[in-house]
Amino acid sequence: MSSASARPHASASVPDSQGRFGDFGGRFVPETLTRALDQLADEYDRAKKDPEFQRELAGLLKTFVGRPSPLYHAKRLSNSVGGAQIWLKREDLNHTGAHKINNTLGQALLTLRMGKTRVIAETGAGQHGVASATACAHFGLPCTVYMGSEDIRRQKPNVFSMKLLGAEICAVESGSKTLRDAVNEAMRDWMSSVENTHYIIGSVIGPHPFPMMVRDFQAIIGRETREQCRDTFDRLPDCIVACVGGGSNAAGMFYPFVEDDGVRMVGVEAGGRGNAPGDHASPLSFGDPGVLHGSYSYVMQDEDGQTCDVHSMSAGLDYPGVGPEHSYWMATGRVDYIDCGDDAAMQAFDQLARTEGIIAALESSHAVAKAMTIAAEMKPDQHLVVCLSGRGDKDAMEIARLRGVTF
Amino acid sequence: MSAIDQLFSELRQSKKKALMPFVTAGDPNIETTEAILRALGDAGADLCELGIPYSDPVADGPVIQSSYQRALESGFKLQQVFDLGKRLTGDAMLPRVTMVSYSIIHRIGMETYIKKAVEAGYSGAIVPDLLVEESAEFAKLCKASDFSLIQLVTPTTPRERQVRIAESSTGFLYYVSVTGITGERTALPTDLVDNVSWLRGQTDLPICIGFGISSPDTAAQLAPVADGLIVGSAIVRRIASASGKENVVRSVTEFVGQLRKAIDDAT
Ligand SMILES: Cc1ncc(COP(=O)(O)O)c(C=O)c1O
Repeated sequence: MSSASARPHASASVPDSQGRFGDFGGRFVPETLTRALDQLADEYDRAKKDPEFQRELAGLLKTFVGRPSPLYHAKRLSNSVGGAQIWLKREDLNHTGAHKINNTLGQALLTLRMGKTRVIAETGAGQHGVASATACAHFGLPCTVYMGSEDIRRQKPNVFSMKLLGAEICAVESGSKTLRDAVNEAMRDWMSSVENTHYIIGSVIGPHPFPMMVRDFQAIIGRETREQCRDTFDRLPDCIVACVGGGSNAAGMFYPFVEDDGVRMVGVEAGGRGNAPGDHASPLSFGDPGVLHGSYSYVMQDEDGQTCDVHSMSAGLDYPGVGPEHSYWMATGRVDYIDCGDDAAMQAFDQLARTEGIIAALESSHAVAKAMTIAAEMKPDQHLVVCLSGRGDKDAMEIARLRGVTF
Repeated sequence: MSAIDQLFSELRQSKKKALMPFVTAGDPNIETTEAILRALGDAGADLCELGIPYSDPVADGPVIQSSYQRALESGFKLQQVFDLGKRLTGDAMLPRVTMVSYSIIHRIGMETYIKKAVEAGYSGAIVPDLLVEESAEFAKLCKASDFSLIQLVTPTTPRERQVRIAESSTGFLYYVSVTGITGERTALPTDLVDNVSWLRGQTDLPICIGFGISSPDTAAQLAPVADGLIVGSAIVRRIASASGKENVVRSVTEFVGQLRKAIDDAT
């Protein structure tokens, strides 16, 4: 570790042309995928500069997704905590119930621009699967979603929604049968289908240009938040908190604030049931830099470089890796990363439901839990924004099971 | 000159083609792997590719994937590959290379990996997830140790890029026959022979074709255009379906013998 004074300042002008965020990122994939990744990077570059593309995406985000999502003042929650004012960026109110749709619409438009005729996606909590299936139904593209069989079990409502939307679900039985294995299987499909298929990766992970592109599509979260903060309390927030699975809702929220040094940013990983290997899914807190799923970033691996099993009760955070830009933000000291265990997240879930009337996704509940702890140490005239990345309808059945409730 | 360079120059002089079986280290255990490697030379192989089990192999189909999973579940450790290499000494031993994910190399360190591999008699590495853009540093270290870094070219690789990859590869060039993952195929792309012949004209490096070669027939078709053939899933499947070390070795060597004959008859 370099000393704090020698640490480079985090820049928003990353990644470089090789997809590097400082030391992190890059492209570690089989040669077979190189041409498609180059093609995607080129097409994304063109689309970014094309006013027609931007207009079409902005129109969809407004009329199909329902953006801008509100910035809501959680007064009762703030009062019960007794510290900073807590604001919720309501990504849970988006069509399909989470931030994931911001990314899938952008990538589906790129799929059409590249002349590709089929989409594949991986999913953990099923939110990205539903958002992919929705975007594909909207554009008339066939969609195949890879999902670990353990996640199929614990996120049943989303599995059924994907089917209603016309997507084909492929159950993944290998390894831990969760998100990481679903990514492997989707990549294998792509190895064979790459000529006509686009792989809509669901987070800021994978080989370049995915981490950059997904961040950019999600950055609408942070851009809206900036404006809404200025409109409602006339300045930027003092602190922003978001949960980190692969890291897309957090990256989208944080990125527009990276160069605003006065804004403290905190990413919350899944602490699972404890700090022992295999009991959590917190590579930034407990892992090491390594290579997984095409990029160089923090990862949970053993001494031979084999990926470790991880645990979180929340399927969307149950992943041994993390997007490379988060590793960069951690290395530069720009963002603090902490972890929140299953139990604390579950308590926050209940508290938010009862004090504010909002049933949050279990993923987002991790951010809410830590936001309450952080807010408690802040002053009442300070402002803290939490990215409420999704709603909890999908989790109701699993929570009932965990509590032994049958209905 | 590495043992691989030596081998291909001898094969070229005698107008022979290399047969390179792929075997997963530690599947179902390291003793069986050792017995197979010891028997491959007599069975007709020229070079062996030892696959190092990895938890997340995205370029592999179900057969090799499950061999990795079996090995890891029975306690495979990387150090076993180095220990095994040290036991395999003597003239009868074939040159051998490892197929290894960059995740593993990065974890133990590039220099350490090369040092340990060289000490254990491995002549090179195929790193399927290390693209030419990301490989400069590793390539430099390999060169300094006369350790071959075998690069891959695929059907989706644009031609200028194929030439660039050929220029940075050492030992031989691995031509991936299909757009896809490892696994046996009944038919290979119709333009495969033309594409390899084109590449032939661009480089002096030996070209070996791998992925999808499942039978003596396919081997015979491809032998004339290549310097060598790599056969993986068809062998790993035989290892998985025989039980007991002796039966595994017999099944593998019989198949390797058939491939050898088909290749020799065709060239
Ligand atoms: C509601 C919600 N929040 C967060 C996540 C975690 O993903 P990311 O870290 O990419 O935002 C998921 C993933 O499924 C999710 O559904």
